[in-house]
Amino acid sequence: MSWKIWSLKKSPWVFHVNTGACNNCDIEIVNLLTPKFDVERFGIKLVGSPRHADALLVTGVVTRQAAPRLQEVYRQTSKPCVVFAIGACACDKGIFTTGYHVVGPVDKIIREVDPNAIIAYVPGCPPKPEAMISGIVQALSVL
Amino acid sequence: MSVPLNVLFWIVVIPGTVVLGLLACWIVRKVSALVQWRVGPPLFQPFYDVVKLMGKEILVPQEAQKAVFMAAPLVGMAGVLLLSIMLWRVAFVPAKPFVGDIIVAIYLMVLPSLALILGSSASASPHAAVGTSREMKLVMGYELSLVLALIVVIIKTGGTLNLAEIAQHTTVFSISNMLAFLVALLCVQAKLGFVPFDIAEAETEVASGVLMEYSGALLAVWKLAHAIMLVALPLFLVIVFLGGFDVTFLTMVFRGTFEPTLIMPLVWSICKYVLVLVLLILIKNTNPRVRIDQAMKFFWVYCGVALVAAIILATIGKNFGVSWL
Repeated sequence: MSWKIWSLKKSPWVFHVNTGACNNCDIEIVNLLTPKFDVERFGIKLVGSPRHADALLVTGVVTRQAAPRLQEVYRQTSKPCVVFAIGACACDKGIFTTGYHVVGPVDKIIREVDPNAIIAYVPGCPPKPEAMISGIVQALSVL
Repeated sequence: MSVPLNVLFWIVVIPGTVVLGLLACWIVRKVSALVQWRVGPPLFQPFYDVVKLMGKEILVPQEAQKAVFMAAPLVGMAGVLLLSIMLWRVAFVPAKPFVGDIIVAIYLMVLPSLALILGSSASASPHAAVGTSREMKLVMGYELSLVLALIVVIIKTGGTLNLAEIAQHTTVFSISNMLAFLVALLCVQAKLGFVPFDIAEAETEVASGVLMEYSGALLAVWKLAHAIMLVALPLFLVIVFLGGFDVTFLTMVFRGTFEPTLIMPLVWSICKYVLVLVLLILIKNTNPRVRIDQAMKFFWVYCGVALVAAIILATIGKNFGVSWL
């Protein structure tokens, strides 16, 4: 394992992208930082700019308006980086499958920019914080 | 100082300061976590962060002034390293000072902020522009207060501009210097960009503002510069206000003589440093972020009035021989 990957696993900084979520997944993501779950134990930190991020936590079905923004955010994230599709909507459009405004899901939109992007899926409506931690651990262990 | 010891000092001082800085970073994050009833990051977390950032891709915005954008972190890092070397020299070789080093220290302390302003304004990002303007106003706000606070100390110690001589006095045990110490502590809080003065980096409003466009190794250099500031600025406060940083024990050990009675001053010096650091962390964790106009008003009006009173008290105390004023 190269030192780049080793250190990436030790301190994955995440940036949170909302592409039209109902805010439920977002609240669960913020829940990860609370004393009960405290992901700073694993070096995970929420950062304010995609340029600092190692992982994008994408929530929500990707709407027509949000799709180009999501692609732009992905392009501006410094590589190597991982994309997490958080929640049923982000993984597979969920109940919005037939929505007129939906162009998602997240993996399709990201693969338009980078066919080799590393994408992890955390299903659930919303996923439990434990499920998110488990998803992050599994995604980092296959890097 | 013997010759091998001198050489050893110059070899150890820079990596040593960086390691101490990363340790101080960990203390900041761990104590913040404990205040918030969390477990907090492991001991080597700041080290992992820097190593990871070193291995990441460096993105430079298309419209950026590339040379300034890339050089600014190095300038800031150089300034703060120079400052820390100067302060360690005051601690390790107090017999060989140069006149007026407190003025040099004031200038070197501004250098990281100036480099940050240059770098972020070169990055051609609107968020960074907002951060830059805030950082500029903040610098103008706290510099005046810091210089006035140091003038109080200079009056108290009989007009000396020499850090090693100032370190002989524990100036904080008087009313005027207690006021000056409190104001200087808040100025250091603003210099470090800690809450309540993290206006320039406000993550929730301007998305890390001044640092927004930095990524990869350049961001790692900024993080290292900040880590070294965490060593240098509290050390400066300890030297100026709290009676200096006594490392005679270490210099004796380097020379090969073990003097157990000298351990206590060293431990006491480390306690003073940790006390200043923990005070900064507690202020950081118990206050909300202020607006830039509130910060300027705070430094110019409230701190200004307190410092004018302190200068008057110190002058009276000096002229009439009242040591507690």
